[in-house]
Amino acid sequence: MASLSSYLLVGAVLFSLGLYGVVTRRNGVAVLMGVELILNAANVNFLAFARFGGMNMAGHVYALFVIVLAAAEAAVALAIIINIFNNFNTINVDEVSELKQ
Amino acid sequence: MADIVFWIIVGITIGSAFMVVQSKSLLYSAYALLFTFVGVTGLYVFLWADFLAVVQVVVYVGGILVLIIFGIMLTNKITSVNISHSSMQKSAGAIVVVGFLAVLGYMVFNTPWIELANSEPASTAEPLGHLLMMDYLLPFEAASLLLLGALIGATTLSRKEN
Repeated sequence: MASLSSYLLVGAVLFSLGLYGVVTRRNGVAVLMGVELILNAANVNFLAFARFGGMNMAGHVYALFVIVLAAAEAAVALAIIINIFNNFNTINVDEVSELKQ
Repeated sequence: MADIVFWIIVGITIGSAFMVVQSKSLLYSAYALLFTFVGVTGLYVFLWADFLAVVQVVVYVGGILVLIIFGIMLTNKITSVNISHSSMQKSAGAIVVVGFLAVLGYMVFNTPWIELANSEPASTAEPLGHLLMMDYLLPFEAASLLLLGALIGATTLSRKEN
């Protein structure tokens, strides 16, 4: 079976790809996708440590809370992005640099 | 056999995550994100987290991904077939991220991880429920309040002002 380090490596690669999406994407929705990748990478790490640490269920509880926070974050972030689109007619995060028009 | 399936799932997850951050079309990114979520679900199954695998499918694929696709549709002109989105500072970002990944990989391979012996549980739903209702009751209630606040906040934010 796969060892702990292979799961951790998958988590690290997912995290790095998410970070790359966050720092390079211009579209706000695409930045949000990068954040989702990062949260998934953290969850893989939580569950891997739970599985190889004697099936400690506290890791599962934390992963569940991460999923709850991701759902709340996605809903609020998309509401903000739609507001930005209504005000600026674009959601490219590098063009939206003014607090007030 | 299980090892082959594991590496296929890892390949699907990493490959589609690469598509998410690399694709030229925003909709292709969203669809690639679907395969990433499904691949991570497969990893959860390998990690004996059956309940969280189901939660992952229901919340991420059924909720967050649909929300993201709605967001794409609402913030672009539907008539323009090619919803493109460009990246900026690709090379600088790639250098930083590859360096970061190298540090993480060095840490993963050079740490003497202790793996405790354990056996596959019959189901994780029952111990998870016990933990949520006893040890983690206060965070559980706080999370429900947070979800309520996020729900009300999101509807208030996206509503048209009169």
